[in-house]
Amino acid sequence: MELVCPAGNLPSLKAAVDNGADTVYIGFSGETNARHFSGLNFNEDRAKQGVEYAHSRNKKVYVAINTYPQPSIWGRWTEAIDISVKIGADAIILADVGLMEYATKKHPQLNLHLSVQGSSTNHEALDYYHENFNIKRAILPRVLSVAQVKKTISNTPVDIELFGFGSLCVMVEGRCILSSYVTGRSPNTYGACSPASHVEYLEHETRLETRLGGVLIDSYKKNETAGYPTLCKGRFESMGSTYYALEEPTSLNALDILPELKSIGVKAIKIEGRQRSPAYIQIVTKTWSEAIKQLDSGNYKTKQEWNIALAEVSEGLQTTLGAYHRSWQ
Amino acid sequence: MKISLGPIYYYWTKKKVLDFYDEIADTPVDIVYLGEVVCSKRNQLMLSDWLSIAKKLKDAGKEVVLSTLILIESDSELKRLTRVCKESEYLIEANDFAAINIMRKQNKSFAVGPNVNIYNAPSLNMLAKSGLKRWCFPVELSKFTLQEIINTADTNVEVEVFVFGSLPLSFSARCFTARAYNSDKDGCKHICLNHKDGLLVSTQEQKPFLIMNGIQTMSADNFNLIGQVEVMNSMGVNIIRISPQFNNTSKVIEVFKDRVENIISNYEAQESLATLSEVPQCDGYWFEKEGMCRVEPIQ
Repeated sequence: MELVCPAGNLPSLKAAVDNGADTVYIGFSGETNARHFSGLNFNEDRAKQGVEYAHSRNKKVYVAINTYPQPSIWGRWTEAIDISVKIGADAIILADVGLMEYATKKHPQLNLHLSVQGSSTNHEALDYYHENFNIKRAILPRVLSVAQVKKTISNTPVDIELFGFGSLCVMVEGRCILSSYVTGRSPNTYGACSPASHVEYLEHETRLETRLGGVLIDSYKKNETAGYPTLCKGRFESMGSTYYALEEPTSLNALDILPELKSIGVKAIKIEGRQRSPAYIQIVTKTWSEAIKQLDSGNYKTKQEWNIALAEVSEGLQTTLGAYHRSWQ
Repeated sequence: MKISLGPIYYYWTKKKVLDFYDEIADTPVDIVYLGEVVCSKRNQLMLSDWLSIAKKLKDAGKEVVLSTLILIESDSELKRLTRVCKESEYLIEANDFAAINIMRKQNKSFAVGPNVNIYNAPSLNMLAKSGLKRWCFPVELSKFTLQEIINTADTNVEVEVFVFGSLPLSFSARCFTARAYNSDKDGCKHICLNHKDGLLVSTQEQKPFLIMNGIQTMSADNFNLIGQVEVMNSMGVNIIRISPQFNNTSKVIEVFKDRVENIISNYEAQESLATLSEVPQCDGYWFEKEGMCRVEPIQ
């Protein structure tokens, strides 16, 4: 299985390549990709250096251009596609059908992957993109059980890439606008969820409050560790209880089902976290690369040390199998 | 401009649904979207039940559209979707690319709901080539974006705008209503039936925030663009969509109809709606702001 690791800058890209990634995926600065963070991502020159570094070591680079452009700024997205071709990216990852059409016409040789933001959760949806744009690969939203992934793989010619580790989207990617409801900015429009520009940490005598766009997301006692106020991971009230109404602050970790994912035909494992540090990229890449090597040697068992290493860099310090296990749903 | 009634997002008893559409048949609504769009476990009505409601509404002079599931994960959901897509008597509303693909393969035209991501003219043009006939504008986009798309799109696709109701904000594999009952989707016991307008989520300051409706999350505030009816008409919007709530839907339709026909003023329409919807109103998305904010004053 191909290991596809994230990089938000050149040091991270090098850390991924040096620690066993087969492929690194990157994005350009600005809102053309779903990790639009201040100070993060690549300009053309840095991206070119990244591609050269990876190619010289027989590794690949994919470019994510996976947000949905609106008319007044459409040109930024087509420019990002053109630059990706110019610097020799091995594939681009798109969600928008208008951009798919543009890329297919302008760069017929370019490999297109359907982003997780394209919200395709079944083989009929994948067929639309395959028939019209000849997509080579799709990344499935983190909402399917393993059985559903298997069924999808057996009915599509499109290669399937799955998330193995990282921050867990609770909602179907591409179909969640909770963030713009509160802040005006969503992954679809702006490439960011619960953006830092709208976050407040307010200390009171006995409590610490976290707010997003003024909305109280969580309230912590002095002895509790406060988390980042990602909207779907706050504590809210319903029917008289205060609890994590949508999801706990937790990360996805699919190490335990890696052999199963291989046996059902998953072609690539994606690691989430272009916004994370080079140290995160190094630890996660090294761990997953080792796991996949052991899997390929035919004698797989999740090592306790892998889980410990991953837990240390996980959001909320807990991990879950998410929707891959039916009971999560 | 025509008025449409979107699909019911909530889970109501069969009797309520039948009574609801009996009442709708007597309203001045032009187009009615029918069918379960949120959860395939909801089984109060089967396709045959929806088709008999469709016939009644058609006989009452309404255009009926069969709406389809938004999140399609399992084989049985795909099979059910395919059956609906083969109903040739009515237009189909696709809410996922699976439905779009099935319609494309049949060379049949279709509509798309607000949860299909068409954010620019090239996407609209592409979908039109696949058979798109009517497009419901995504709720998170603004009137400025809509105007630019209308100005530059190379198609005759009809434009529909979601103008009233709790906003559909997100979808998940997880059932949040079941979770509120310490259960999961497989063990849900159809608990959504107990929550006719969904299950309210408030912040720890008791500020109403979201509505959990099975796998769907919605806004606790009510999206309301009554003050923009004239603007939409001049922009070239063909249809305005009202989303069903358990109470007062017929009366809301009548207020919008009176406003579209200019029988009542903006002020009168706002006043009437204020008596019909008890929750705070929001309209931010339309004005390129946070969805939850209210831009238009109530006058």
